[in-house]
Formats: sequence, C-alpha cells, structure tokens
Amino acid sequence: MSKLSFFLGCIAPNRYPCIEISTKKIMERLDVKLEELEGASCCPAPGVFRSFDKTTWLSLASRNIVLSEEIGNDILTVCNGCFGSLVDANLMLKEDAALKEDVNKMLSEIGREFKGTQDVRHIVEYLFQEVGVESIKNAVTNPIDLKVAVHYGCHLVKPSKERHLGNAENPTFFDELVEATGATSVDYEDKMACCGAGGGARTAVLDTTLHMTSNKLDHMVAAGVDCIVDACPFCHLQLDVGQTEIKKKFDKEYGIPVLHYSQLLGLAMGFTPEELGIDMNFVDNSKFIEKIRGGVK
Amino acid sequence: MSDTIKTSNFSQEFREEIFEEPGADKIALCFNCTGCSSGCPMTEQEPEFNIRKFLRMANLGMKDELLNNTYIWYCTTCYKCQERCPQGVHNVDALLKIRTIAVHNGIMLPVHKKVGQLVVNYGHAVPINDATKEKRKKLGLDEVPPTVHSFPDALDEVKTLLHIAGFDKIVAKEEEEK
Repeated sequence: MSKLSFFLGCIAPNRYPCIEISTKKIMERLDVKLEELEGASCCPAPGVFRSFDKTTWLSLASRNIVLSEEIGNDILTVCNGCFGSLVDANLMLKEDAALKEDVNKMLSEIGREFKGTQDVRHIVEYLFQEVGVESIKNAVTNPIDLKVAVHYGCHLVKPSKERHLGNAENPTFFDELVEATGATSVDYEDKMACCGAGGGARTAVLDTTLHMTSNKLDHMVAAGVDCIVDACPFCHLQLDVGQTEIKKKFDKEYGIPVLHYSQLLGLAMGFTPEELGIDMNFVDNSKFIEKIRGGVK
Repeated sequence: MSDTIKTSNFSQEFREEIFEEPGADKIALCFNCTGCSSGCPMTEQEPEFNIRKFLRMANLGMKDELLNNTYIWYCTTCYKCQERCPQGVHNVDALLKIRTIAVHNGIMLPVHKKVGQLVVNYGHAVPINDATKEKRKKLGLDEVPPTVHSFPDALDEVKTLLHIAGFDKIVAKEEEEK
C-alpha cells in the first residue's frame, strides 16, 4: 500500500471540505493510504506570497515539506496552487545548496531542517502516473454518463519545465482520468484558459477576473456541458462562487455545477452526492443531483 | 500621446536586481515579438496590463514608472506567456520579482496586506469560518482541520518564521493617516 501525507492547504479544508472528504474516500478505495499532515499551514499561495517576499514564501513552504520529510512521506496536494508552491520550493531547495543553507538557518530557529528527501505530488498527476487509468476504470462501479468540461487550471501543468507532464498547450491526462469514470470530456473553446483567480488578482481586481471567468463559462455553455470538473479548490471557488458574483454584478446566470475530480470519481465509485458534499456548492446543484441520481447507470 | 522617456531616470541597479531572478536576465534578448501579450487572457480584459511593455520597461530600468504602475498587480500568473516566449524569458517570474521590489519599497495594495495579515495571524490565507465548520461536521470531518488551526505550537512556528523573514513588518498596518 502506498502512503502519502495529505496536504490540505487553505481553501479545501476552510471553504470546500467536500474536496477533503472526497479525496479521502477515493484514495481509500484505491488502496492509497493518506496520513494527516498535522500542523501544516498555508502553502503559501505562490502568486501572492512569492510576489511579496520570496524568503517568506520559501520559509513556510519548506516547513510544510519538512513536516512530511519527518514522517518519511511524499506529499499529496489536491490544489494547483499548493502543488505549484511546494513543487517549485522543493526543487529550488534541492538544486541550490546556498539557498538551502539560508532556509535551514531559518528553520533551525524552530528546530527543523530541510533535507530534500521527499517529492510533492498532485492528486490528478498521481492518479494518472502512479495508479493508472486502467486501475481507475477497474475501481468504477457506477459509470457516470455526463458531458464534462475539464478545467486543468494553470499551475498543474505550468511552468511545464518543472512539472514533467508533457505538453502544457494541449494535455490529455486529466481528460483520460475523467473518461475513465464513464463521462465524456467535451472539447470547448480556449480550454486551457485560466479561471482568473490566481496571482492575487482575485483579491486585487475581482470584477476584471470575473470577466475572465465569464468568458470561460460562456465557452463551456456553448459546448453543452453538464458540469465542470477541476483539479484545484481555488479554481473551484472562482468558478463556483464566481458564478454567484457574476449573477449579482453582471446579471448573468449560468448555474453550472462545479466538481473536483475527487468528487466525480467518488460518484463513479458509488458514493452518494451528499457523502461527497456535491450539495454544498454556492451554486445550487439540486437539479444536477436529481439528474445523476436518475442517470447513473 | 506618449510621454517622452527620460534616460536620466533609468536605474541600472533596478534592472540588475530584476535580472537576479533566474530567467529574468533573458529580458535582454526580447525582440518584441508580442507573443506574450497577444495571448494574455488578462490583456484581453484589461489592455493596460501589458507584460511585454512592463518587461521592456524593466530592461530600461524604469523603476518609478513600473513600481507605481497599478497594473503590475493584475497578472494571474497563468504562465501562458512564459511557456510561449521564444527567447525563454521567465516573464511571470520577472513580474513577481518586480512586485517583490515594489513591496520592499513600501508599495502594496491594502487588500493584499490584509491577506498577508491573515497568514501572520492564523497561518492560513483563507482561515476557517462558521459556515465551513458546519459543512465539515455534516461530512463527518473534524469541525476544525488538523492544520495550524488545531495546533497552537505549529502556529507559533509559523509566526516565528514570518517574524524572522520580516514578513510581519511588511504587512503591518500602516499608521493611521490624518
């Protein structure tokens, strides 16, 4: 049985705990043991805290990694932002001895040391590369007949040099995982477009980022999808809470259900929408839930 | 009409500081192909956000103009431009470095300061709230997650690191202005 530390980050546990519980449920089914990473903090958010002060960003990121080093686990993230922060920090510290020394001077003040022994994984790339599409298919008991708009998000695949996940312009691994559940990944215009949330932009200029989100939602609607499936709680928030903000600010209503991949796979494994918290989005998902109750083959 | 650029205002020091960021030095190789800005999803929404222009300004050392340009905070860090740059410029990393220099010159959006204060106080940029506690309980999770939220000693460690890095001072509330 594989064993990983479950790095929660901020938005999953503190806004969308449905992603946290769904991840636990599906990983248990797949025989991947998740251990809580007790005392972990914000990753911290790459575009924001790395912008402000790189030393701060590295010190908190390295502490999070060290917590997992100390129990000998690789880290599992369910968020593109956490993945971006921790992968980049881990790599920088592994490759730059002088930087590592500086960071370790700081960490020594709290009695810790970065050694560079562990890796950082994202649930989607982990499922694709370590568990494999065939094993996922085998774990599916209730194939889902849904048309899905897959949203990769940016930091899962970019910068591609540090991710080793192939072509960032037109990747397919996430689509393959979605289709393993029985769903159809529907192509839509400008599919790899950013949700708009990152880099502190949502905080700084909400309305402008919502126009980006609205563009993306328009393209999904035009493709006739039943729901969005994403890989990141921050994209999730921008796409879900964003719809309620767009309705209020621009008087435009979409009503598209937003699911994290862990929730889609959970449905295909036979968990109920309530067990996976699909009824807890800010957009009202009740019609969608009715549909999947009737439509799950 | 554009203002005339005064070469006497260029800061070689500023340019060099940006170039310390790995891949930012490649800005010197930019031949203005506009591949970065023409594909930028933020430029599509807000034409004043122009990463090509910002990095050209960086190459000239236009410190004051750049640090006080409010649009440097619009980038969502989607990395599309950095992926596509034919000269291998680390566009986004360079922009983040420009932001860092701004922050260390006391230029920071108040809303970003607030997010920074949340990390200083709670160890999370997005801390728990009552509505989420309810949801957690309903899902069978502990009401409060097993992060710094549940471990005061862990939060103290975070605070110690932020203090050593000087981050608590960076995001400290400004003194009330009259």
